[in-house]
Formats: sequence, structure tokens, C-alpha cells
Amino acid sequence: MDIPFTVKNRPDTGLYNGKLGVWLFLASEVMLFGGLFSAYIFLRTGAESWPIGADILNVPLATLNTLFLISSSVTMVMSWASLKLNDLKKFKLYLGLTFLLATAFLVVKYFEYSAKFHHHLYPSTNNFLGIYFTMTGLHMLHVIGGMIVIFYFLVPGVKMWDSNPSRFINRIEIIGLYWHFVDLIWIFLFPVLYLL
Amino acid sequence: MADLTPEEIKHHVKTYVLVFVALAFLTIVTVGISYLDLGLGASVALALIVASVKGSLVACYFMHLIDEKTTIYWTLLVTAAAFLVLMFLPLGTMAVQVQV
Repeated sequence: MDIPFTVKNRPDTGLYNGKLGVWLFLASEVMLFGGLFSAYIFLRTGAESWPIGADILNVPLATLNTLFLISSSVTMVMSWASLKLNDLKKFKLYLGLTFLLATAFLVVKYFEYSAKFHHHLYPSTNNFLGIYFTMTGLHMLHVIGGMIVIFYFLVPGVKMWDSNPSRFINRIEIIGLYWHFVDLIWIFLFPVLYLL
Repeated sequence: MADLTPEEIKHHVKTYVLVFVALAFLTIVTVGISYLDLGLGASVALALIVASVKGSLVACYFMHLIDEKTTIYWTLLVTAAAFLVLMFLPLGTMAVQVQV
């Protein structure tokens, strides 16, 4: 039996099912990260003193990582646009670049984390580092999860382009939605943790 | 975003590049602001305003929210309301502490 409404829009929602599904998932993600942002406000407003992120964390590295993530968002949306223009070669190029930029983000994060551990700064050291590692760690898991799906569409999943191109384009559109959301979360994490 | 002509897609691509330039510029602005000595309140307000502008650009153009179906708008409206409750919960506890 075929899965209904993978290409055509459902008459009542006006959307194909995958898209509504991913938006509902993102809504639940807003609440997941929202809970942690709420915890951050709770910890910070209740603390007698709170460090400035820049005194402990590496702002230039985080700025570089911000640029990596926003660049990866552009390459992601370009890969979708390339499919819309029937250009599989460019699709692979842009999605491959997205994967590489995500890898670069993880490499920078690895150096950041290891520098902290080297200086004996752990999640248990204080509340600031506790919420920093929790929020950036959860975000990093989202980056890794996205990379697994991107890799799938780049290598084994791409064969759907031959059998059902419209459905494949929709798949790329909704992994894009997820990826932009991961970028959006970082856009808020960066100033909140590193700059304020 | 199902029925776009190749010309419309090419127009979209130009928008994506412009949005990218704006995001990169605003990232530099965010870092620049943090070096100014504005006091905590003003720094927090400015940083959140810039982050919100960047977030809106990503949501509107990369996630195509500027041109979406009402089903998604309604879903996000409910999400935003629940998110606001989460943000104000800690402030509520502060008010209680002050009373005690």
C-alpha cells in the first residue's frame, strides 16, 4: 500500500503529509529547547552572580561556527532549488557542501569542548557551564542527527530521484526545514551563551 | 512551494544569497555590540532584537514561511503562545520570591 499524500497536497490541510509532520515535530522541538531557555532564565535570574560568557568561552570560534551554520543553511536551500531546476549535479554539490559545513561546525565544537575540559571546566563546575553544555550538547546532537539524514539523501536515498522525483524534492524540502531550524536555534544560543 | 516556474526559482535563489549576506552582516553586528559597554539591560535587548531579526529571515525565506499555508501558521501560533508561557514561568517565580 502506498503512503498517501507524499506528493499531492491533502485537501483539508493544503499540504503534503511530510511537511505538516515536520512542522509539528519542529513545534515540539520549540518546546524542548524552550524548556532549556526557560531553565537558563531561571538559573540566571536566581543567581547571585553570573559570568559573562565571553570571559569563559571562545567568541571568535563561536562566531566562525555561526558563519558555518548560516552558510550551510544557504547551501541546503540551494540544493532544493537545484532539484527544482532539474540539476542533480548541483544538488549533490550543494548538499555535499552542507554536509562539509556541518562537519566543520562539529570540528570547531570539538576544539571548544576539549579546551574547556583541558582547563577542568565541566558541566558540574557551575550552573553557567551546566546550562552551556546541556544546550550546546543538545544542539550538537541535532546537528549530528541532521548530518545522518543529509548523508542518506546524498548517497543511498538519491536513487528516488529516478523513480519519483517530486517525492524526492519534497523530502529535501523537509530535511531543509529541520536544518534551518537547527540553524535558527544556534542564532539564539550564540548571543545568549557567548555574548551576554 | 510546489508549482514554481524555473524563473521564479531563479528569483528565489537571488533572495537566498541576499539573506545570507544579511545574516553574515548581522552576525558581525551581534559580536560588535557585545564589545560596547551598554549595560546588561540594553545589551540583552539589543542582542535579542538582532537574533530575532536573523531568526525571522531564516524562517521567512529559507523555511518559506512568508508564503505558507494557514495550517502551518495556526500550528506556529499555538506553539508561540506555549513558548511565551515557558519564557514567563521563571519570571513568575521571581515575583513570588519578592512577595515572600
